[in-house]
Amino acid sequence: MNVLTTPLLTGTATGAILLLAALGLTLTFGQMGVINMANGEFLMVGAYSAYVTQQVISSPGISTVIALPIAFVVAGLLGLLLEASVIRWMYRRPLDTLLVTVGVSLVLQQLAQDVFGAQGDPVTAPSWLGGRISVFGYEWPHRQLFTIVLAIGSLGALNAVLKYSSFGRRIRATVQNRELAETVGVSTRNVDRITFFLGSGLAGVGGVAVALISGTNPTLGTSYIIPAFLVVVVGGVGQLKGTVIAAWAVGVVTAFLTDQISGSWAQVITFALVVVFLTVRPQGLFTVRTRSLA
Amino acid sequence: MFRDTTLRRRRAVISAAVALTLLGAGCGSDEKKTESTTAGTTAATTAATTGATTAATTAATTAGSTAATTAGTSAEPPSGDTCVDGDSVELGFLNSTSGVMAISEQTVRDSLMLAAEEINAAGGIMGKQIKWIEEDGQSEPTIFAEKINKLLTEDEVAAVFGGWTSASRKAMLPVVEGANGLLFYPVQYEGLEASKNIYYTGATTNQQIIPAMDFLKSKGVATLFLAGSDYVFPRTANKIIKQYAKELGIEIVGEEYVPLDSDDWTTQVAKIAAAKPDFVFNTINGSSNVGFIKAYDEAGLGPDNSPIISVSIAEEEAPSMGVDLTGQFAAWNYFESVDSPANATFIKAFQAKYGADRPTSDPMEAAYTSLYLYKNMVEKAKSFCVDAVNAASGGVTFDAPEGTVTVNGENHHIAKTGLIGQINADNQFDIVWTSDGPIEPDPFLEGYSWWDPNAG
Repeated sequence: MNVLTTPLLTGTATGAILLLAALGLTLTFGQMGVINMANGEFLMVGAYSAYVTQQVISSPGISTVIALPIAFVVAGLLGLLLEASVIRWMYRRPLDTLLVTVGVSLVLQQLAQDVFGAQGDPVTAPSWLGGRISVFGYEWPHRQLFTIVLAIGSLGALNAVLKYSSFGRRIRATVQNRELAETVGVSTRNVDRITFFLGSGLAGVGGVAVALISGTNPTLGTSYIIPAFLVVVVGGVGQLKGTVIAAWAVGVVTAFLTDQISGSWAQVITFALVVVFLTVRPQGLFTVRTRSLA
Repeated sequence: MFRDTTLRRRRAVISAAVALTLLGAGCGSDEKKTESTTAGTTAATTAATTGATTAATTAATTAGSTAATTAGTSAEPPSGDTCVDGDSVELGFLNSTSGVMAISEQTVRDSLMLAAEEINAAGGIMGKQIKWIEEDGQSEPTIFAEKINKLLTEDEVAAVFGGWTSASRKAMLPVVEGANGLLFYPVQYEGLEASKNIYYTGATTNQQIIPAMDFLKSKGVATLFLAGSDYVFPRTANKIIKQYAKELGIEIVGEEYVPLDSDDWTTQVAKIAAAKPDFVFNTINGSSNVGFIKAYDEAGLGPDNSPIISVSIAEEEAPSMGVDLTGQFAAWNYFESVDSPANATFIKAFQAKYGADRPTSDPMEAAYTSLYLYKNMVEKAKSFCVDAVNAASGGVTFDAPEGTVTVNGENHHIAKTGLIGQINADNQFDIVWTSDGPIEPDPFLEGYSWWDPNAG
């Protein structure tokens, strides 16, 4: 049973982090045509938020819980700042945003290195995450379960906001047809800002989960941005449903290949599988039905 | 059909994004390689960028001429000329004081300056005061090559001290050989190299990896699991470990690699938990170590039921794991806890100069030792001339903090004592095993009959 349960469970946990990293990407690209390569650095910011919180509140049990909203707000505000200072000048110019945000991500990494040093900082996991549950012979660490619960919780909250709040309706209206939404009085500027805040904040929450896996270091975001992009591309841009399925699939397939072959080959083969998938279905799993003309 | 255009445009953008991401991935991993060393005092481990084969080739070409004294491009000095006039001698300190490696290499620079001040206070080298010229390698191998060229040809320094990653050493090698200069390299590395213009004062594999295996044998270890980062140092180390394990009758029950830029070890650790080895040999480098140690702890593995021996966790890394490592092992040639008068003096002087909270580590000690070895070589040769120093270097000793070390005049490495430490609650190492005296350096493992460089 171990052959299947281990990769399935660890892969789901990896997928959960990918999901948190990819949600911001898919929201901002779907809505504003912005490709945010700095999204990985919001994970890094979330991880450092967890570290700093732990320096202030030494009890890991309490600080981890408090770090979640802090990471959300800190990363969210940073996203807002990025939007207000750089991104808003280049809406509808995806290639420009791509290049600019690559630069921003390098700046953020160097900043983190100057502030916290190149050597990573430790984040102690709370004792209630130290245990394991036996699932079909695999001793499943609580930490992975926690990551999954965290992702499902964040997804549920995001979904509720999009579906039931008036703000969520405005986001959906903007995604479907920006001009028409503006015509009926939606301030798309505000909508854009808040979407950016939400997306960056979710990556920050993901960063707390990453900190529990590997502590912090300035380049932590770079190892997640690539798989997160794969997830967005496979899932179909601007679609929560597709992003969720793709994140889970990429996580599990990678874990399965890692288990069967090796960690290095798993990355290569996952990439190859994605390329094959995209030649068959270039639009991804799902597509947004947009009513815009261009 | 307008919708189609939109879609097509988006697709184009997406492919561009993926392409750029891939590009970024390339750079990213490169960056990580150096960065990781940072985390590891670890060191040479970084080896990386240049393949093992290149290493072997370079080594092969240079090894032969090791002792040759005529190969140099500098003019043969007239007899009696010491190559340095006046009452001072200029040396180059080439370490990264900016970029990702700065955190590690600054510690080496600090101990070099300490050694230089001590030597000056005691009368200098052959009565000449050391004047050092500091250069910043900027954590970039190409900058290292440029800067060492400047130091040797413009400043005409008598010798250069520095370098950390194997990539930086490999970049400096052709320059220092071309100018017939001297470089003292202070970090343990993957071996398979010997240049007549470089002195290697860190360990080669038979002074760190092989002693670690001897220690495991002495502990009665029957099964071993290998965990490493996926690049040249762990691959080379594990190749040696596997061949030696066969000789020792230790069974390798698993071998797992994770890319340097990946921190998630959960799947591999599950395999270790299932294999239940007597010991794990850890050649992971950098931040990936944190992910490994955390996943290990999560899986309920620890020193009691599944001990680890590491070659990249030292005094500085141990506290940065976020998990208590007490009871785990590491193989080095120097620990801060080495009990000797020379080490007590070194630690006292270092902490008096830089602060009582500063730990001392293996590469720092090797750098400190390198400057004293140079002094002793020059004084034996009675000359600063490179060829004269090379001719005199064999057998030069220094009573270093790690113990007495001796220069091998053939391969320019130094005989060092192998040490195994066990981490205690203060994140210091209790020395639990010591090799029988200093081990003669053997970078190509020629003295080990079981070693076959061409086997898998």
